[in-house]
Amino acid sequence: MRHWIALAILALLLAALPLAGNNYLLRLATIVCMYAVMAQSWNFIGGLAGYPSFATAAFFGFGAYTSAILQNQGVPMIFGWGVAGLASMAFAALIGGAILHLRGHYFAIASLIIAEMLREIVNTTPDLTGGGMGLNLPILRLSVTAQAQFFFYAMLALAVLCMAVAIVIHHGKLGFGLRCIQQNEDAANMLGVNTYAYKTAAFSLSAVFVGMAGAIYASWVNYIEPPDVFDVLLAVKPLVMVLLGGLGTVYGPAIGSVILLSFEEFVWRNLLTIHAAALGVIIVVLVLFLPNGILALLRERFGRRGA
Amino acid sequence: MGALLVLDQVSRRFGGLNAVDRVSLSVAQGEIVGLIGPNGAGKTTLINLITGVHPPTGGRVMFDGRDITRLRPYQIARMGLARTFQIVQPFPKMTVLGNVAAGALFCGHAATVREAHAVAREHLQFTGLADMAEAPAATLTLARRKRLELAKSLAMRPRLLMLDEVNAGLNSAEIEEALGIIRKIADRGVTIIIIEHLMKVVLSISQRLVVLHHGQLIAQGPPREVISDRRVIEAYLGAKYAAIRQGAPS
Amino acid sequence: MIYLQIAANGLVLGGLYACIAVGFSLVWGVLNVINILHGTFIVLGSYIAYFAYVHAGIHPFVSVVLAGAALYLLGHAIQAGFINRVIAAPVLITLTLTFGLDLILNNAMLVAFTADYRSINLARPLGSVEIGPVFLPGDRVAAMALALLLTVLLYRLLRDSRIGRAIVAVRMDREAAALMGVDVKRINAITFAIGALMAGAAGALLSIIFPISPLNSATFLGKAFVVCVLGGLGSVPGAMVGGLVLGMVESFGSYWMGPEHAVTISFALLLVLLFVRPSGLLGRRGYE
Repeated sequence: MRHWIALAILALLLAALPLAGNNYLLRLATIVCMYAVMAQSWNFIGGLAGYPSFATAAFFGFGAYTSAILQNQGVPMIFGWGVAGLASMAFAALIGGAILHLRGHYFAIASLIIAEMLREIVNTTPDLTGGGMGLNLPILRLSVTAQAQFFFYAMLALAVLCMAVAIVIHHGKLGFGLRCIQQNEDAANMLGVNTYAYKTAAFSLSAVFVGMAGAIYASWVNYIEPPDVFDVLLAVKPLVMVLLGGLGTVYGPAIGSVILLSFEEFVWRNLLTIHAAALGVIIVVLVLFLPNGILALLRERFGRRGA
Repeated sequence: MGALLVLDQVSRRFGGLNAVDRVSLSVAQGEIVGLIGPNGAGKTTLINLITGVHPPTGGRVMFDGRDITRLRPYQIARMGLARTFQIVQPFPKMTVLGNVAAGALFCGHAATVREAHAVAREHLQFTGLADMAEAPAATLTLARRKRLELAKSLAMRPRLLMLDEVNAGLNSAEIEEALGIIRKIADRGVTIIIIEHLMKVVLSISQRLVVLHHGQLIAQGPPREVISDRRVIEAYLGAKYAAIRQGAPS
Repeated sequence: MIYLQIAANGLVLGGLYACIAVGFSLVWGVLNVINILHGTFIVLGSYIAYFAYVHAGIHPFVSVVLAGAALYLLGHAIQAGFINRVIAAPVLITLTLTFGLDLILNNAMLVAFTADYRSINLARPLGSVEIGPVFLPGDRVAAMALALLLTVLLYRLLRDSRIGRAIVAVRMDREAAALMGVDVKRINAITFAIGALMAGAAGALLSIIFPISPLNSATFLGKAFVVCVLGGLGSVPGAMVGGLVLGMVESFGSYWMGPEHAVTISFALLLVLLFVRPSGLLGRRGYE
């Protein structure tokens, strides 16, 4: 289908980026890929299933710490990343069992608190996790440029994988079922949808790639601490990105991540002291004037093709 | 033709209220049973109990020989029980076709989304909604939404279909159309339980009537007999009127 | 004997928590909006009390009125200008909106006042109150008493005034209230403003107890959450019960497991409650 072709082209174009020879640009691109992973992951539970999850920060931190701890025990880096992803997925499935029967606000709060609980656990087990002092990771013996390229490719690969999974899910039975759940959960139940299993699947999907992103991030920056990887903004930004791009769409999250990062870079360079407020302004404008995202807006303006 | 659905002393209490009170009932395969009773009699609650929306507080529900009392709604749906809702519940953002495809996909009659859509078209033809396939479900008129409900439940290929006030809010022409479709469904061998307030509809289509009042089953039998039953008249119109009717020359 | 002291501390804390949470609970129950700004409103109230004291010698207990009035106006403006536009939208939208607004307000305060912790040192503190074996700082007790008074006033307002009855009606059933002739939009604005007022007033009271900084807003918000889930939404008795329980849990928890775990304990309690009884200890019967 045309989705695969588009994805392949995008992947190839991005893969050529290191040729530009600009480490700063590469760093930005790495962050965009990471954001895209987080946004696309959130889209499974928040966009498709309609459950407003604020657990992204929890999964990110969980993955980061799992990988860091394993690596400090001698586990090879890539293996650590993989385990972080799987562990995050298992963690999500476990937590999901407890909170997915909640709806609306209660689910949102419960998902938000998971990160706080994890943060506390990290703080109170310093022997394992370094506690509040943070945790160092083994440094790669590579040149600065080589490292920049390596981590860029790692994040890019993850982003492409996540995107591919999203394409499959959105067009398949799981995506269809999640959309039914989002529009009318009781009717979905009556129609034969095992809503509990579907929601758990969506929640687990929202964790696996985010966990890996956290793990890659940890290796990239070589040092992690609780306020950094469990930051509540990491829970809110994926939401904003998906709203920006278009809730429940396949490409919306990617588009949103590019827009948000561009905005962030601009603000960091020029308006540092009010960067939080600037994000707030985006959010307010978005929610009040563009609730269906950019994609929907463009479709209205330019897309009259097909009924 | 054995009993497809058997209710054995099924009860449901809400707080202090017996919404359904020890109802025992048996529906044979291929029957069309009308379920009637005044407002608040417990008809919809009974359907909810059968389909697993609420667990009964007493009694058992058996479908095709299996005890389905404690099963979840989606499991019961996959076994071949479908129901429509009094207040129609489509998936508003999906097309009509998508709505019906959902029925086919999750009850295991279509393996992929594409197959489900193909199957859905057939059901749309059957219920006369083929021309509205691409319309968003939210834009349909009430009559068509009821038809959509019907098509959705048909896509589930049910063995037992429970229709809850499928004619409420329709004019007589629309009702005739709906009845025609229901008869076609019955001709295909689907067992039907129909909840209805309109006596004319219930009488014209049911082979047997069951009457609920205050959660209890007070009468059942051939339609003509049941509606002349004193208890039934009392339930609907009050004891005084029943007494008058009893005394009047037939 | 030490348990009496801990319990007394818990009570004082509980009264304050009830006041912190009651405005938040009301807004959540009536407008179905989780007001992320609530914590920041409280901090703003504290700052108003702080500056009033430092520059004009006004005792924080008097500033309760000032802060309340100022926040009422601010709350009304925010509701009318922003929140009202998305009032019927799903949780995702409303929650995100108040989050965004909070980012703006909080950042503004950070820029205006810096993150430095301020505290009010009263020139004439009320000393200690001794009740048997229990020692309580006089100012805290006074603050708690005022907090309870405010809460009771709100309760009376909801019970006895026309506006109050209208608010309760909307909380019970928005559509039915509208059909009865209640101007739901106006009630929404007033309720939100009242919520902000209570937050500002609570902030003024808290200014003599807790250090003041924009960084604290999340802490207050967290307390408000827990109290709401404990006590149920939109009810003053619920907020009181919830506040009391939380105060006790934190007090005893701090004693047994150390004060650094107080937050974890309250969140753990919250999670447990969400699984077991999301509608709160008083459940639906909690509203008047």
